[in-house]
Amino acid sequence: MLKRTFPSPEALRRLPFGLADVSVILGTLVLLALVARLGAGTLISFHPPDIVPSIDLNPHHLPYYAGRSTLRMFIALFCSTVFTLVYGYIAAHSRRAARVMIPLLDILQSVPVLGFLSITVTGFIALFPGSLLGLEAASVFAIFTSQVWNMTFSFYQSLRTVPNELSEAATLYQLSGWQRFTKLEVPSATIGLLWNAMMSFGGGWFFVAASEAISVLNQKYTLPGIGSYLAAAIVAEKPAALGWAALTIAIVIILVDQLFWRPLIAWSDKFRMEQSASAEAPESWVYDLLKAARIPRLMGNALTPISETTNRFLSALTRPRSTLTMDTSRQTKDDRVYTLLLLLVIGALAVWTLHFILTTVGLAEVAKTFGLGLLTFLRVTVLLIVATVIWTPVGVAIGFNPKLARLLQPVVLFLASFPANFIFPFATLFFIQTHISLNWGSIVLMALGAQWYILFNSIAGAQNIPTDLREMAADVGLKGWKRWQKLIIPGIFSSWVTGGITASGGAWNASIISEIVSWGQSTLTATGLGSYIAQATEVGDWPRITLGIAMMSLFVVGLNRLFWRQLYHLAETKYHL
Amino acid sequence: MKPMLANESLIAAQHVSKSFPLPEGKGEHLVLREVSLTVRSGEVVSLLGRSGSGKSTLLRIMAGLIPPSQGQVFSNGKPLRGANHDVAMVFQSFALLPWLTVQENVELGLDARGVHREERRQRALKAIDLVGLDGFESAYPKELSGGMKQRVGFARAFVLQPQVLFMDEPFSALDVLTAENLRGEIDDLWNAGTFPSQSILIVTHNIEEAVFLADRVIILGSNPGRIRGEVVIDLPRSHDRAHPHFKELVDYIYTAMTNPELKVTGAVSAKLPVSTPPVAPVSPYAQHLPHVRVGGISGLLELIVESTQGEADVYQVADRLRLTVDDLLPLLEAADLLNFAEVTQGDIKLTASGRDFATTTILRSKDLFRQQILEHVPMLVSMVQTLREKRNGSMRADFFLDLLDEHFPHEEAERQFATAVDWGRYAELFEYDASEDRIYLPESVTAVSSEEPS
Ligand SMILES: Nc1ncnc2c1ncn2[C@@H]1O[C@H](COP(=O)(O)OP(=O)(O)O)[C@@H](O)[C@H]1O
Ligand SMILES: [Mg+2]
Repeated sequence: MLKRTFPSPEALRRLPFGLADVSVILGTLVLLALVARLGAGTLISFHPPDIVPSIDLNPHHLPYYAGRSTLRMFIALFCSTVFTLVYGYIAAHSRRAARVMIPLLDILQSVPVLGFLSITVTGFIALFPGSLLGLEAASVFAIFTSQVWNMTFSFYQSLRTVPNELSEAATLYQLSGWQRFTKLEVPSATIGLLWNAMMSFGGGWFFVAASEAISVLNQKYTLPGIGSYLAAAIVAEKPAALGWAALTIAIVIILVDQLFWRPLIAWSDKFRMEQSASAEAPESWVYDLLKAARIPRLMGNALTPISETTNRFLSALTRPRSTLTMDTSRQTKDDRVYTLLLLLVIGALAVWTLHFILTTVGLAEVAKTFGLGLLTFLRVTVLLIVATVIWTPVGVAIGFNPKLARLLQPVVLFLASFPANFIFPFATLFFIQTHISLNWGSIVLMALGAQWYILFNSIAGAQNIPTDLREMAADVGLKGWKRWQKLIIPGIFSSWVTGGITASGGAWNASIISEIVSWGQSTLTATGLGSYIAQATEVGDWPRITLGIAMMSLFVVGLNRLFWRQLYHLAETKYHL
Repeated sequence: MKPMLANESLIAAQHVSKSFPLPEGKGEHLVLREVSLTVRSGEVVSLLGRSGSGKSTLLRIMAGLIPPSQGQVFSNGKPLRGANHDVAMVFQSFALLPWLTVQENVELGLDARGVHREERRQRALKAIDLVGLDGFESAYPKELSGGMKQRVGFARAFVLQPQVLFMDEPFSALDVLTAENLRGEIDDLWNAGTFPSQSILIVTHNIEEAVFLADRVIILGSNPGRIRGEVVIDLPRSHDRAHPHFKELVDYIYTAMTNPELKVTGAVSAKLPVSTPPVAPVSPYAQHLPHVRVGGISGLLELIVESTQGEADVYQVADRLRLTVDDLLPLLEAADLLNFAEVTQGDIKLTASGRDFATTTILRSKDLFRQQILEHVPMLVSMVQTLREKRNGSMRADFFLDLLDEHFPHEEAERQFATAVDWGRYAELFEYDASEDRIYLPESVTAVSSEEPS
């Protein structure tokens, strides 16, 4: 009976628009309506401390809250992309700019994003008085800072490694700056940028949750969203609400992956540099649907004249420069002046910071934060060791089994992007009931997010070990620990280093919210640099906030330079497969 | 034939030198020295040289892609600054944008020149037709074979109708048959007078290819790159490989390339003078070692002994082994250096020790090799002496690298060192520990040397 009410597929194909088109139109309309509904919420008036948006713990409201958070994530992603394109482009095209911009990027990448919230929240609220937009912007900014540096680095690297002959062809055929950018540079960077954006976006959920409900400078700020729902549930001591929140975020992550990232990844396959067709192209049902639909193509055709005109206009603005006017001796002299200027600026900054710290908190406080930093460093180290011992064998076992790997890799990616702070309350409850000190417990909390990078990269590393080598190992009778020593550890080393860097960076950042947790009225605190920053932030103690952040950045940068970079070098030279 | 506007100079490089800065500000590396070269209308010029002789660098300077350190390039009489608009280039690696279709790739240059869409399409289709790719307009490069990709490369250059077409080893990334086929087609197109450019400048390291395609072959010397001379290919187009003079020309060029000290006059029928021994270098570390493995040398010698009783024509050996000049020349050079063979007039003749080396057992061949090294390679002799003078018979590798650095750009110094280590190890003159980066005398030798009063 029902069957007759639907037209047959053949009939559908005869219509001017196919089924695919109908779904595309519907999908677009739903998306627009959603954005409009969610966007309207941001314009509500807000006068702290009297009028603060309240959070309703009824699970019915969760989709709305999740939508608000998701919107924030996408706005941040958009900003990150624009920033990446501009910053990466400038750094890649100006040698001088690069000398400032790249080290700066390196440092910014190591600065704990969460420590910054206090500064940005006050700043943005002052910028948009009487409206939630200030808080909204601060939250978006937190997400932005958590994802943008990675993306920018990836884009910069891609621009620097555009194959030489392609770049020469572009010069010889007189592509304008704009044409070079759109036809050569952005396409060749697309795949790396997308993967980085996807991974950073996954990490961003953690920060959206952490930034929606914060207390800064003795003020409690709440922004409607899934993170503030979580915070409200903790204060109200409602485990059921926590469960709903965790479920919602899981669904949202999967939806975003299916509807946004998969199609993009599938589409981006055409930007691969390898000149031969790939064996396993990524697939996405949404992308297939879009390709099957006629509307996008019709619209594309209709827009061709407009884009042609725009391109021509932008090309006229960015005529190719003549590249051959270089006077090398002049340049080196100018360079020296430039270097001197840079050193002066850096020196002045260092002196100023030192002066600020010495006149406000004194040297003793510096020593104290250093000690706290060592404690947090110990936690991160224990975490890395334990996670490595537990997860590398698992990862290798998965990686050696291609079927299992294909099945589990998306799961691990999902786990990596699932924000650990949604699990924190459950863990806190557990610690309270079992009387476990947070000094140890915080290691577990930090590991909740960080461990997955180790697992994920172990899987990838094991997959990269050539089958020949594994067969050889079996053939000569390598077994047990010997097999690990001779084959597996060297084989997965570079992947492990990549995972280790990411995990350690994530753990440092997470320490700010893992070393101090609460459930209802009870609060657990661990001794460490993370809790130091969190407490300073709460009371608005500027000198201590600055000192804490600076100390943590110093630790992370120092570790990267002294430890990870060495390992990286070893991985690149000795254990390169 | 093409209508010849004889002697009209299209592009001229005048006294061009180029040096690249060495990494870490360690001075400069001279790649080209005082190169002058003119491309006239209606001719095919070939730049022939071994890899690293700066052919590509010269081509890029003439295309305005990189600036010369000294000297100037003139295009149609005007000094060149910036990319040369009268030139289109075909690249060794095709340089196609993988995300654009064949047609979009071909249209690229027209698009940049602001040609309107419909005209762009028409002209691109014509060029695609010319290279025999019609039907593939909307294919992506990754769907095409190597030969077809390079056809797209040609179409992209043709569509601009450049004055001079530059090619940088356009066939060397293709397999032998595909390369042969495409080379033939390009030659046919040129001979038919329908070629979309007035002249061709082609870079190659394949002697036969150069003689087959070019009206003039310019021979480039290495270290630093400089023009050694030119050979006019005075054969009727298209150049018949079976013509006796073709073989004469190839032989002549082979001889010239195997003997870097010879003066290239281009007078093919007057045989080149027998090679004079080079002046001994001042420092043992200034001696240039050809970068080949010992196994390669013995392999070559064995082949020559087995198949030709110890005497062979270089050109035939290369042909039979399907080796390019770049692969073969260093081997010949090494055999010559170690006095295993004599190379003259395009012929190779094994010496007595060469025959012995090729046919004996591994242990004896090591002895032979050591003997020849100690006689003919002062650098290794000096290295062994240095080690002997040390009490522990060992030395950091950096020490020797620094000595080499004085005579070679660093990259080359490292290769020199690697070759020296390979040879020295084989001859059991010393051992090398890569993880410690040290060279040391083998145990037995240390024992002997410690007994010697020194
Ligand atoms: N951009 C560059 N920077 C430094 N050295 C270069 C650069 N390009 C080429 N060289 C050096 O110049 C020499 C000649 O290179 P090239 O022109 O590519 O030679 P060929 O094309 O004859 O093989 C090589 O030793 C190479 O290392
Ligand atoms: Mg080259």
